[in-house]
Amino acid sequence: MVDVPAGDDRPHGSGGSRQVAFRGGGFAPQPQRWVGPAVFAALLLLWEAGSRTGVITPLILPAPSEALQAFADLVNSGLLWKHVSASLTRLVAGWTAGTLLGLAVGTLIGLFSITRAGLAPLVAAIFPIPKIALLPLFIIWFGIGEGSKVATILFGSFFPTVIATYGGIDAVDRGLIRMGQSFGLSRAAIVWKIVLPSAMPAILSGMRISASISIILLVAAEMIGAEFGIGAYVLLAGNLMATDQLIAGVAMLSILGLCVSWLINRAEKYFLRWRA
Amino acid sequence: MDLEIAGLSHRYGDLEVLRGIDLKIASGEIVCIIGPSGCGKSTLLRLIGGLERPSQGAVLQLGEPPADSLNPLTYIFQDFALLPWRTVAGNVSLALEGHRLGKTETDSRIADVLERTRLADFAGVFPKQLSGGMKQRVAIARALAVNPAVLLMDEPLSALDSQTRELLLDDLVGLWMREGFTACYVTHNLNEAVRLGHRVVVLSRRPGEIRDVVEIDVPVPERASQAARLAELQQELWDMMRQEALTADRELADG
Repeated sequence: MVDVPAGDDRPHGSGGSRQVAFRGGGFAPQPQRWVGPAVFAALLLLWEAGSRTGVITPLILPAPSEALQAFADLVNSGLLWKHVSASLTRLVAGWTAGTLLGLAVGTLIGLFSITRAGLAPLVAAIFPIPKIALLPLFIIWFGIGEGSKVATILFGSFFPTVIATYGGIDAVDRGLIRMGQSFGLSRAAIVWKIVLPSAMPAILSGMRISASISIILLVAAEMIGAEFGIGAYVLLAGNLMATDQLIAGVAMLSILGLCVSWLINRAEKYFLRWRA
Repeated sequence: MDLEIAGLSHRYGDLEVLRGIDLKIASGEIVCIIGPSGCGKSTLLRLIGGLERPSQGAVLQLGEPPADSLNPLTYIFQDFALLPWRTVAGNVSLALEGHRLGKTETDSRIADVLERTRLADFAGVFPKQLSGGMKQRVAIARALAVNPAVLLMDEPLSALDSQTRELLLDDLVGLWMREGFTACYVTHNLNEAVRLGHRVVVLSRRPGEIRDVVEIDVPVPERASQAARLAELQQELWDMMRQEALTADRELADG
């Protein structure tokens, strides 16, 4: 700053002394271990109290204890595992296939001019289509069974992975590639030992995005036509106005999402441990 | 093995970077290349090691490299070029992996070069945990692991602070006295050039031509005690470069 404010009261060699006021600090959030669970518990308690006193109508929102009871019924009836395993199978199959294909295509686009020129515009054109819109088409192609559901999830996780992978490859430090060449490494060794590890952080954040898209598509696909699966369970509960089951199903989806995110965190910790 | 650079010219599209470079690097000799910024000295080094194809002229290897040399022309880069996801030992290992040496031979070579660069205690450490000077020592260890015939050093000390630079410069002098390596050393730092070089090649501003070659007549081991003579030589180089640097600076500012 060059200009001096008009009311400048700097002591010019004389005058009293005062301490320089502290104006740094802040902008550094500290972990607070108990606050999160406390907010969560308080909200549940408030909700439970509201339901018991009749402030919240049970038809609109059941008490948490009732949702828990619905969940216990589901466990006791033995249907829980049927729903969860159906959902997990679709999710794992679709996401794994989509991610592997996406990695392969993304690497090809990242490495070779001809595949880039041919495929990148195609990817750009198909990526923005909400994949749910393709579900009716997939049902016609692959039938109402597992095929259309897995295909939707595969498609949904394929494109974010492609884009993350070739974006990551584009961002690889050319200095490292030149270093590899200067030591006479083969092209394959440069891709395997320098390019792909460099792109790993971008690939992992692409996986995080594709996993959450996959869960959305899973539920949507199961709502259109499935006997078992968490999405089918939630839809049925809605049709029967069984809000307690509905809440239990939604809570299961939340837990599923948390598990997926935990797994990806573990993968990041493992693959990116050199960044710590 | 000697290197000969014969009639080398290079251009990027319309931009002429180097013009008619003729230079010989004899075995056991350190040739320093200095010049104003943007004069093409780093390009010259990339051409020498085959990382770029010259527009005209050629770089010739005279004689065969030693049989045990895995990578005769080996670079040391300004930004170290270490893989952050590999440990110190892993980074050295990268240079050896394509050569089918077998595990015991690879391990013993890694241990040997880490010992020679005083890094033995840091074999399992990731680059992120190391200081700049240590990182460059890892890069030097990696280069030594392949028994290079000629080391091509691209401003290896320029990314370091001045104290670390001084220490590492002593390391390089010590290494040369023990092992007598051949090197082409590009720098913009005249002090490094007179401390390390047997000959200093002065390039003109772009397009880079050889303006002069100055012999440093003090033997490398005695240079620490001949500060006055070195200062004189450094001044001589600076007088040669000053006008070029000034003009080059204006050219760059004009775009």
